[in-house]
Amino acid sequence: MTHRLRFLRTTSGAAGCVIVLFVLLVAVLGPYVAPHASTQPIGAPFSGPSGGAPLGTDFLGRDVLSRLLFGGRSVIGLAAAATALAYLVGLTIGLVAGYSRTIADPLLMRTVDVMLAFPPLLFLLVLIAGAGSSVGVLVLGVAIIQAPSISRIVRTATLEVAVRGYVEAAVARGERAAAVISREVLPNILAPVLVDAGLRFTYSILIIASVNFLGLGLQPPDSDWARMIGENRAYISLNSLAVVAPAAMIAILTIGVNLTGDAIARSLGRSYVPRTIRSVST
Amino acid sequence: MIAPAELRLPRRGVPHVLTFLGGRLLGGVAALLAASVLIFAGVEVLPGSPASAVLGRNASPAAVRILTHRMRLDRPAYVRYSDWLAGFVHGSLGDSAVALAQGTTHAPIWPLISGSLKNSAILAAIAALLMIPFSLGLGALAAVRAGRPTDHLISLGSLAGVSVPEFVIGSLLVALFFVGLHLLPPVAIVPPGADPLSHPKQLVLPVLTLLFASLAGGIRMVRAGTFEVLQMEYVQAARLNGLSERRVLLRYALRNALAPSVQVLAQNLQYLVGGVIVVEAVFAYPGIGSQLVNAVQVRDVTVVQSVAMLIAVVYVLINLFADLIVILLVPKLREPA
Repeated sequence: MTHRLRFLRTTSGAAGCVIVLFVLLVAVLGPYVAPHASTQPIGAPFSGPSGGAPLGTDFLGRDVLSRLLFGGRSVIGLAAAATALAYLVGLTIGLVAGYSRTIADPLLMRTVDVMLAFPPLLFLLVLIAGAGSSVGVLVLGVAIIQAPSISRIVRTATLEVAVRGYVEAAVARGERAAAVISREVLPNILAPVLVDAGLRFTYSILIIASVNFLGLGLQPPDSDWARMIGENRAYISLNSLAVVAPAAMIAILTIGVNLTGDAIARSLGRSYVPRTIRSVST
Repeated sequence: MIAPAELRLPRRGVPHVLTFLGGRLLGGVAALLAASVLIFAGVEVLPGSPASAVLGRNASPAAVRILTHRMRLDRPAYVRYSDWLAGFVHGSLGDSAVALAQGTTHAPIWPLISGSLKNSAILAAIAALLMIPFSLGLGALAAVRAGRPTDHLISLGSLAGVSVPEFVIGSLLVALFFVGLHLLPPVAIVPPGADPLSHPKQLVLPVLTLLFASLAGGIRMVRAGTFEVLQMEYVQAARLNGLSERRVLLRYALRNALAPSVQVLAQNLQYLVGGVIVVEAVFAYPGIGSQLVNAVQVRDVTVVQSVAMLIAVVYVLINLFADLIVILLVPKLREPA
């Protein structure tokens, strides 16, 4: 085992990885093994578990198991898209600001301060009130929320690396700035950036799922774990599995990602600050 | 009784406290101004006018024209922004866009939301009051039992609390306490005008959800702080002097572990302000969060703007308050840099 995978030797790191892999498998392969269509009723609403529907049916008589198997893609896919977009922007700004050492820093600090002036979910809700609910608004909104703090972290890491000998050597060889950044700087700030990306991924899941639960994101009849909880929440006493099953999937996914992130952060010898998940601070 | 040096309040350095706070206050006002631009622009600059957003896709051009006039959208954006902001500062939040669209000429937002604002404040205050003793107690307990099962249990629980979205926690609690045990009501509906405190049973699950989601950061911080302090020589000295473990913990260790935790506790208070939005929606609790979600659903853009701005103000105020407490507890920050 290389030093990079050292975190797998800890109980929490190994457990976290197994959990995340399991949920990923369900989300990716689920639609291929689902016994029924996710949007068609198969029986009476709120039927209890039976042979045809092991988890019963939901408020429209659709198979809960099938909806569960279809509903992971959007939870993971949207969060991954938002995180990737935020990183594309944040990484570019952070690298350029850190490498060129211009006045970008005060500006970045202030942008982050403004983003910290209200709860992230609130910003997303304001956007949705203006632009309506759509997948694009969700992804773009979450990316806008996260990009400023990403660029700040990347900038700090870049500043540290940019004064090292190998970077100065590359500059002395006459390499272009773009080449120095991508070949010398980027590979050397990758470790902290990856840990941060993992945390931001959970955070994206958290906030996108919350909006979907509120019914302000994905629209029916799309199957999505968070939407399933929102749709069936009012009828929890009739078939509680329709709420508990998707809730359990989201719970173990987010706990798994955090267990893994925790273990990786520890193996890199840095303290892990759980707050970054809920409030996108610093 | 020897108080550790860090805890003694110095007599000098007050002017520095004032400059520090003055700076923070200015920063807060600047952040709020920028936030107000974002909130205003978030609704206004996107494609389509707010009037057509309120009326929906199938609105007739005539209806859109009338509402545009009623909402006074025919004036330039910067004029409307400065009017809105000036109104906000003077406590006049404007009219509800949806009510205007329904033909009312005067529908002030403030009476619409003042009741829910109070309900939300009550919910958040109960959670905040419980959060502080619980973070301190559980954090200290985990530190004292470091490496033993109690510690692992508390750590795992707080990791779960910080990872899992509030609506998932809330729904699972409902499944357990309502469907499973028949102990507590699944929703926290309080009749309009009634005092939420007179319905204590309804408040249990929302408060539990908020607590579970907000405790983790505080617990981790207090645990780390207490653990570190417990290894220090003055604590060992107190033990060797024959003081009881309880006294050592409460009078010597916990006090010094407290200062770094204040910032985290303040962050948690801030979190509560955002957290109530979702938790109220989960339990149909008639607070500002439920109102905001409803306003977004019916695209009442003016209500959304005003509520968002109010929440931003509370958010920034809590931050300032936290800075004040931290600077009073940590003397290092009081010295000129």
